Amino acid sequence: MGLPNADIHIHQLENGLTLLVERIPHVRSASFSISLQAGCAYEPADRRGLASMVVDLMTRGAGPRDNRELNQTLDALGVDRSESAGVMRLDFSASMLARDLSKTLEIYADIIRRPQLPERELEPVRSLALQELESLADDPPGRLLVELRRSYLPPPIGRDYRGDLEGVRSITIQDVRHYWQRYVRPEETIISIAGNVDGPSLRDQVEQLFGDWSAGPIPPIQLEKWTPQSQHVSEDVKQTQIGIVYSSVPMSHPEYYAARGAVGVLSSGMSSRLFTNVREAHGLCYAIGATLWLFKDRGAVVCYTAGEPHNAQELLDRTLHELRRLPEGVEEEELDRVKAGLKSALIMKLESTSARASGNVTDWYFLGRIRSLSEVQQEIDSLTPRAIVEHLQRFPPTNFTIVTLGPEPLKWQAD
Amino acid sequence: MPFHHLTLANGLQVLAETNPGALSVAVGFFVRTGSRDEQAGESGVSHFLEHMAFKGTKRRDALQVNRDFDRIGADNNAYTSEELTVYHATVLPEYLPQVFDVLADILRPALRDADFQTEKNVIKDEIARYEVRPEWLVYDISRQRYFGDHPLGRSILGTRESIDALTRQQMLDYFQRRYTSSNIVVSAAGNFEWNDLVALAEKHCGAWNGSNVPARDLCESPCRSGLEVIARDKFKQEYVMMWGPAPAANSPLRYAAEVLDSIIGDYTGSRLYWELVDPGLVESADFSYLDAEGAGAFLLSFTCSPENTASNLEIVAQVLRQVQTEGVTEEELRTAKTRLASREVRGHERTPRRMLSIGDDWIYLHQYRTLDDELAAIDAVDAAAIHQLLEKYPLRDFMTIALGPLSSL
Repeated sequence: MGLPNADIHIHQLENGLTLLVERIPHVRSASFSISLQAGCAYEPADRRGLASMVVDLMTRGAGPRDNRELNQTLDALGVDRSESAGVMRLDFSASMLARDLSKTLEIYADIIRRPQLPERELEPVRSLALQELESLADDPPGRLLVELRRSYLPPPIGRDYRGDLEGVRSITIQDVRHYWQRYVRPEETIISIAGNVDGPSLRDQVEQLFGDWSAGPIPPIQLEKWTPQSQHVSEDVKQTQIGIVYSSVPMSHPEYYAARGAVGVLSSGMSSRLFTNVREAHGLCYAIGATLWLFKDRGAVVCYTAGEPHNAQELLDRTLHELRRLPEGVEEEELDRVKAGLKSALIMKLESTSARASGNVTDWYFLGRIRSLSEVQQEIDSLTPRAIVEHLQRFPPTNFTIVTLGPEPLKWQAD
Repeated sequence: MPFHHLTLANGLQVLAETNPGALSVAVGFFVRTGSRDEQAGESGVSHFLEHMAFKGTKRRDALQVNRDFDRIGADNNAYTSEELTVYHATVLPEYLPQVFDVLADILRPALRDADFQTEKNVIKDEIARYEVRPEWLVYDISRQRYFGDHPLGRSILGTRESIDALTRQQMLDYFQRRYTSSNIVVSAAGNFEWNDLVALAEKHCGAWNGSNVPARDLCESPCRSGLEVIARDKFKQEYVMMWGPAPAANSPLRYAAEVLDSIIGDYTGSRLYWELVDPGLVESADFSYLDAEGAGAFLLSFTCSPENTASNLEIVAQVLRQVQTEGVTEEELRTAKTRLASREVRGHERTPRRMLSIGDDWIYLHQYRTLDDELAAIDAVDAAAIHQLLEKYPLRDFMTIALGPLSSL
């Protein structure tokens, strides 16, 4: 089957905002993702947790509507939505019937540009943020990921959006308003829309809603000098949590697809090496997998697994063995399976307007363009075992940063 | 979109909704079996058997099963509930024959003893994984307390002890009792030809044993009430779950129950949202309608700091009392119906979702329902229907379990 041609309109506003519209004619729905250049990496060190609270407050009253009216209006349109503060981005996503898109966009222009940020909503928002932090104590896998990011990535990009208790407790409404003023800006903002929609009329509407939003520079982030460090968190849990990270390439790198292929050999599908050789052959764990952490300037492979404490040492040993032997070679057949998985995911995503909207944001943010389906397919097709092995020789699975959380520390051979 | 249905000579049913505009095909094998169908000494066998299906057949070992899914880029998975075990996969249209072959094959697993022993460890690790997550733990404990001796009270995963004690012969007996072709429904949605699907079903499933399945125990579920506090001081937050009776899956009141679920418990804009989440009194709160064959339940849950638990329980009681005595507003009804309809339309665009809905509707309602049928049923829910629902299933005396640092309430 040939690949359908994606119907994409790209429009740049003068203030730096980019509009991406993908028309998917066979659906009745539409989804959008508004992504802003901000996030917890931009928080002051003593106000950790601020970005996430700003996002929550932005949806508690905007434009002429107070908190209750705003929520009721979106609910009455049947909009499903989510907001989140990441490390480098703030994301506002929504899905709805295509006929309600225009009204929904109007409301989001208020949320982004004219949030009321009311002081009376600060305490409820703080209380939610504190409870989210407390809940992390009851979530060992979540805590492992927080520790893993903090151990491997340089501050401030190793931060977790939940912040810390001191930061969340000391945030004032002035902090919230100041952060919004400083970081919620049109430059680097991406509005990505996908569904049964019309590019030209959306361009007009977005110009009208966001065209007069004045630009101002977003202060850059200074990365601290950092040496990744392995660590053990001693805790009496029923499952020892294990996280392993090693460096790879970012999405813009010419070897990005080779890196994806290598991670696929480890972790794509149930015939992948980690699943087959660690879980299936030895029954050491239920969950095991690897994925890529991507930033504009760097990428890393992250491997997570967890097992009962008496199996944990063997689980770590076998997992590391699979990572270390990867550069020794990849079989044609196992790579074919990885390629089949990547290609079918590429096409199946076309059935989801929300997956397309967020996928286009990812492309634009990391690459400054949208990859065509045939380009991605060609990149996947051209992957060979040799290209992957050569990539792994340049970016070998080594110099691991390992974080464990469990009753006993584990041992491993340093490289 | 065209719907097709056929029953093979051995009782296996095949359902299909074909959509030439779709980019994929989703296929699912629904076995009408789950923890509620387990006998004494079999606890956990349904879910364990679902794992064993992927460990190999006469024609394939475990690796071959997984490779055959992966080589066609299948997005495949399986799940076991109290009353269904479903094996499903989504592929690009040209791979329908291959994916049907593997799915049908794993429905006749070899159950090799060595695999059986190794997989016990994976199951026990899955049990451990759930034990460290309080939101899952409180669900499992409270469901067992609520349903008690009723078959729906049985654990899906089983316990370490029940898994250790389980023999291969017991699993084989269970398989022969429950996995007969007359107890299996194949559902497919997406871009394919009906005749091709029928030929695949005849070829791969036509020789399956079609003996009758023992009738399911559909006794009424008891309505338990009361409050129990389970002290687990290693958790920092308090996890509360409350259970009350609701319509069964095939009840005409189920759409009213879904609308009420949204009005009381949707993640924004609902009564619980405004009373508990918006003011920051809880980290999260939910009210859901769970439907099963012959029984249903409303499940209310929230997570909060231990010191706020008692006052939050009072607020919850007030919310439920108010809905029970005063009903819901016209605006709430309109909003909930719009939200449900919007989700229904959007869900319909995904072939896997469609395939699962078609299978569920057939099993629970013995009918094929189009998107328009669903939209009309949602739209028909009015204040009178909500009133009728509340009369029959009053929001009173919910059984309450609190798990966390508190030792009393």
